[in-house]
Amino acid sequence: MQTHAQPIGGPLFTRAYFVLLSIAAIGVALILWRFAVGLGASTGLSDGYPLGIWIALDVVTGTALACGGYAVALIVYIFNKGNYHPLIRPAILTSALGYTIAGASVAVDLGRPWNMWKIPTYFWNWNLNSSLLEVALCIMAYVFVLWIELSPAFMEKWSVDGPPVLQKWSKRLLPILNKMLIWIIALGMLLPTMHQSSLGSLMMLAGPKLHPLWLTGWLPLLFLMSCLAMGYAIVVFESVFSAKAFGRDPEVPMLINLQKIAAWGGLVFVIVRVADLAYSGNLHYAKTLDLYGTMFWIESVLWLLPLAMMLAFPRPNLGSLFRGAMVVALAGALYRFDTYLVAFQPGPGWHYFPSVPEMFITIGLVAIELAIYVAVVKRFPIIAGMTPAH
Amino acid sequence: MNTDRRAFFKKFAAAAATLTVLPTAAEAREKKTARSDAVGMLYDTTKCIGCKACVVACKEANNMPADTDGYGHGLYDSPDSLNQYTKNIIQLYKDGDEQSYAKKQCMHCIDPACVGACMLGALQKGKFGVVSYDVSKCVGCRYCETVCPFNVPKFEWAKAAPKIVKCEFCKERLAEGKEPACTAVCPRKAVIFGKYTDLLDEAHKRLQKNPGKYVNKVYGEKELGGTQVLYLSHIDFEKIGFRFKQDESVPHLQQSVTHGVYKGFIGPVALYGLLGAVMFRNRGNSEKES
Repeated sequence: MQTHAQPIGGPLFTRAYFVLLSIAAIGVALILWRFAVGLGASTGLSDGYPLGIWIALDVVTGTALACGGYAVALIVYIFNKGNYHPLIRPAILTSALGYTIAGASVAVDLGRPWNMWKIPTYFWNWNLNSSLLEVALCIMAYVFVLWIELSPAFMEKWSVDGPPVLQKWSKRLLPILNKMLIWIIALGMLLPTMHQSSLGSLMMLAGPKLHPLWLTGWLPLLFLMSCLAMGYAIVVFESVFSAKAFGRDPEVPMLINLQKIAAWGGLVFVIVRVADLAYSGNLHYAKTLDLYGTMFWIESVLWLLPLAMMLAFPRPNLGSLFRGAMVVALAGALYRFDTYLVAFQPGPGWHYFPSVPEMFITIGLVAIELAIYVAVVKRFPIIAGMTPAH
Repeated sequence: MNTDRRAFFKKFAAAAATLTVLPTAAEAREKKTARSDAVGMLYDTTKCIGCKACVVACKEANNMPADTDGYGHGLYDSPDSLNQYTKNIIQLYKDGDEQSYAKKQCMHCIDPACVGACMLGALQKGKFGVVSYDVSKCVGCRYCETVCPFNVPKFEWAKAAPKIVKCEFCKERLAEGKEPACTAVCPRKAVIFGKYTDLLDEAHKRLQKNPGKYVNKVYGEKELGGTQVLYLSHIDFEKIGFRFKQDESVPHLQQSVTHGVYKGFIGPVALYGLLGAVMFRNRGNSEKES
């Protein structure tokens, strides 16, 4: 029997939290410095590699890790598995934060971010052929939708226990929102379908600069599949983590089913990819164990490993579920990272490695995300299935 | 198999089928051809002496700063490649006795990857087929740089308000009826300006009249969908820095797929309707906790 979502409670400013805040503060300071000195001085980016970890990691991998909300929404609202409902709110919170931080990463990465507002507004200038435009518009809309989807959690608390203004507005807006929720949630499933596949078609335009083991017309589908698999993995991850850290009931049977989807999905992924490579006559590139062949093999093994683990050890526990989820997340993350960075071949003489400030800004942004996550789950009704803190 | 799982697989199969059908509906995108007013440049490696008058002329005509890093030792403008200070460059390929100069600048492709990439259309293919850049629409995302097969667009990494830098065919001079600075100044007519179709003819004439002098190809006639800057060379085009031989333009694959999936925006709207309809049918059940 599930209890309703409740704030976890407990003190917010623990020692661990102060460490998190310090890392976040360093990240913010470095971001200000980056704007002062320019991208050349603050990053390892170059004309050969104009896109680096802020795109390949923060945006491309980060948004996939933030696809838990998308993945669970499909299960609960489309496949009608109402008993997974307790997983929705924490997943949506992670998604909202993950996508917001990805947006922040883009703002830090852009050379002329003050023109960013033109993207959603200057519709007469829209280049409808640009996958990047689709990604930008779709993610902007999706961030908006995610916070609206999450707002009932805030409004529920403010309706009973908040400053009078918030109390009044929460009580008014909550029923209206609940009526419209179907159409908002449907949007919350349409939008990631669009932009996650567009993240794939984005690199299709790199054309001959993308290694044949990654360049394919199926990139949109492969990116969509990888984000769904990573979404399910993150939900498993998150449930196990909340169970250990906050004493929450981990709902093992549900997690086992999620893990099954991710594991079999991995097999489908590899089959689609290998079949396409065979059809286009590019499979032979996997025979050479250079950087590209090797990464292809590592990716493929990682995608197949969760299924192998699941079949070899048919009695899953929290630990094995956690490990399986980690492997799925790693498989998806590596595939996407490789597509954007490793498989990208600008020509002889170009090299890229992120600078130290570049890496610390990424780490700082993740710290901000985690800090907000912890604050929200402690103070607002997000996590279900637990006893309130002492 | 119990009814629950059957229903699950049915729905999943239906959704998967829909998604997989959409990309295969990708229509073949029509191949782009040169505009009727297309201008061009023809560069002939056998005539170039590497004097770099064109590099100087380009810098002057475009008000570009000197690039004194590296070989310039802080004194001389001496770029070794296209960069944020340099829209036109002469490079040298040398291997023992075999050598060639190579002029590099924007190729003004007939079906440019950068134009396909740019979100707000800062890069456009316009009058005379020139690929031009409008900084007011640029957010500095560098997607154009990522996708250009010739690595032409460069970014002002050193600036706080960085732009993209690339040859724009001296479009202001073209508007005044003049030819570009580089072709105007070349003392050996190694690079010449003219109507694209005229230059293509001239290039083929030279190939015909001088068998054995050149590699028997006009680079840019077919490659990557065709470029308005054409090359004749006495050595392998790969050696002077042209890595790609494919006829298919860069945007062809990506746009074929996305046009198929997004045609008329029917796909997304239909999917939204389907998602909403399924949820509407399921409503009241999803709140149930076991």
